[in-house]
Amino acid sequence: MNAKPLELVCPAGTPAALRVAVDAGADAVYLGFRDETNARNFPGLNFDRTDLARGVAYAHGKGCQVFVAINTFPAAGRPGPWRSAVDDAVRLGADALILADTGLLDYAARTHPGQRLHLSVQASAASPAALRFYHEAFGVKRAVLPRVLTVDEIAALNARVPVETEVFAFGGLCVMAEGRCALSSWCTGKSPNRDGVCSPASHVRFERRGDEMMTALGDFTIDAVPDDRPAGYPTLCKGRFVARGAAGHLFEDPTSLDATAVLPALMKAGVRALKIEGRQRGRAYVVQVVSAFRRAVDAAATGAPVPRAGLAALQEGARGTTGAYEKGWR
Amino acid sequence: MNAVKPAAAKLTLGPLLYNWPAERRRDFYFRVADEAPVDAVHVGEVVCAKRVPLVADVTADVVERLLRAGKAVIHSTAALVQDARDEDGIAALAADPALEIEANDMAGVALMAGRPHVIGPLVNVYNEDTLAFLAGRGAVRFVLPAEHDAATIAVLAAAAAALGAETEVQAFGRLPLAISARCYHARAHGLHKDGCQYVCGEDPDGMAVETLDGQPFLAVNGTQTQSWAVANLCHEMAAMCAAGVGRFRLWPQAVDMVAVAQLFRDMLDGRLDAGEADGALARLVPFAPFANGFYHGREGVAWDAASSQCELP
Repeated sequence: MNAKPLELVCPAGTPAALRVAVDAGADAVYLGFRDETNARNFPGLNFDRTDLARGVAYAHGKGCQVFVAINTFPAAGRPGPWRSAVDDAVRLGADALILADTGLLDYAARTHPGQRLHLSVQASAASPAALRFYHEAFGVKRAVLPRVLTVDEIAALNARVPVETEVFAFGGLCVMAEGRCALSSWCTGKSPNRDGVCSPASHVRFERRGDEMMTALGDFTIDAVPDDRPAGYPTLCKGRFVARGAAGHLFEDPTSLDATAVLPALMKAGVRALKIEGRQRGRAYVVQVVSAFRRAVDAAATGAPVPRAGLAALQEGARGTTGAYEKGWR
Repeated sequence: MNAVKPAAAKLTLGPLLYNWPAERRRDFYFRVADEAPVDAVHVGEVVCAKRVPLVADVTADVVERLLRAGKAVIHSTAALVQDARDEDGIAALAADPALEIEANDMAGVALMAGRPHVIGPLVNVYNEDTLAFLAGRGAVRFVLPAEHDAATIAVLAAAAAALGAETEVQAFGRLPLAISARCYHARAHGLHKDGCQYVCGEDPDGMAVETLDGQPFLAVNGTQTQSWAVANLCHEMAAMCAAGVGRFRLWPQAVDMVAVAQLFRDMLDGRLDAGEADGALARLVPFAPFANGFYHGREGVAWDAASSQCELP
């Protein structure tokens, strides 16, 4: 089989990460501005306008595209920051904007009619009707699919929709439908949709209790681990809770997504692009993951076996899952 | 400002989100039809497509009884539309122009284009641009997402009023906080969703989820995750009416919902003050604390009765 390779869309949390992702073989990088307009609004991350101009010049010089994620939901009565993010991203040469909010998509489509628009995973569009709506209403060209669909469902979907699809291939795994989860907000008042943060560090506590380290988010214990094991970051849905009298990982085990095993199947399903999660990760991580996926995607395109070297050590809990891509996950 | 007089504000009973047996479901809705002082009642399965056939068995009888009792009946669509079967279900509802429909997913929104419909609380309406766009396609009522604060609610209520649309706020019940493809009820029972044995039916108010310290935290309802604490915006109703909110949603819980609806009605009509209603509500819902944090711009779980006292005008 010699098919068009899957496009590799890679995280650029910082200008330094952008450069190494481009050099390691990314077809596109995605990034956000340094404010509440994007869903990775973490201290020390992201781009100001000057950074973006330089990043676009660097990426374009090496044939790599730049996607700008403006994928939180604009605050009522305060559209300014989101609209100026759209205007500035267009002005500075973004190849695509990744948007989630209906009103902001409408603004972008009306104000910048030629601009390529992608639908963020935060829009949670998992059905033909929803995807057709975004295409017909705003001219959306590509949608990042929510992590709720099996490979078979993705194939059926691709046969029925007028947009390209991009799916997550590696990294942190949301177990809830993205853009529709208020669990972090319930505990901390800070939300992915409004503030671009989930389980924010400002509300995390580590507390020793006897021979255990307890981790908490807001007023709630998320996990407790014995001293001989590392206490992980208390992301709410990866914690241990008690239901039916038993403690366990009720929502998800501390695994991370690794779709390399299903790459050929995703290609066959008509997926156009693979997204690697991890704008909060350092340069070393980006280099390793992007390089490994460059090899995997190129191998899959020729029908060769997909190499899996070098990724396991980078995963949370050192264990990979294909997540929702296989039906048994549900 | 398009203030609503509290006595003119309407009460809506949201769709029953849990998997109750058909008989219990029917008896519940029949009693609501006969006794509950609510203006509108939502029916339909929002959480899990696997439950749809179970729910459908009694829906026709329930709808007929509610309409005879003078209630407006709205059909609520699925929260997570994943496949053609889910979509066909919505398309079938949309094919009957006589039905009022609440869309809870963008697929539902897409299929309602050009006809009056309700935008449910699980559709992301965060700002007036989104609200105006959806109103332009036929939305006439917006049930706001749970995490909005007072200022956001006020902006959206004013924007809706300017477009001739209504605003509804979730005022009572466990709040829907997340939806997933995975069934956590099945997972907690060591099962997969495909072979779930409908274990969600064991918990009429959701399955309790506690922290490792035994602190009550969340309630699992199949693929949906809800708050353990019960939302109660008794103290905030007057301020919301003044801001133009004209409807309040009560989520069905396994408590005396006729009595709950009566308390909210009595408060809106000036027969009870918020403090009295609050106390009576606590006696009806002894199993979980109240929460109103989202309204006050805090963590949703917070409960602050003192700072939110508002006298009815």
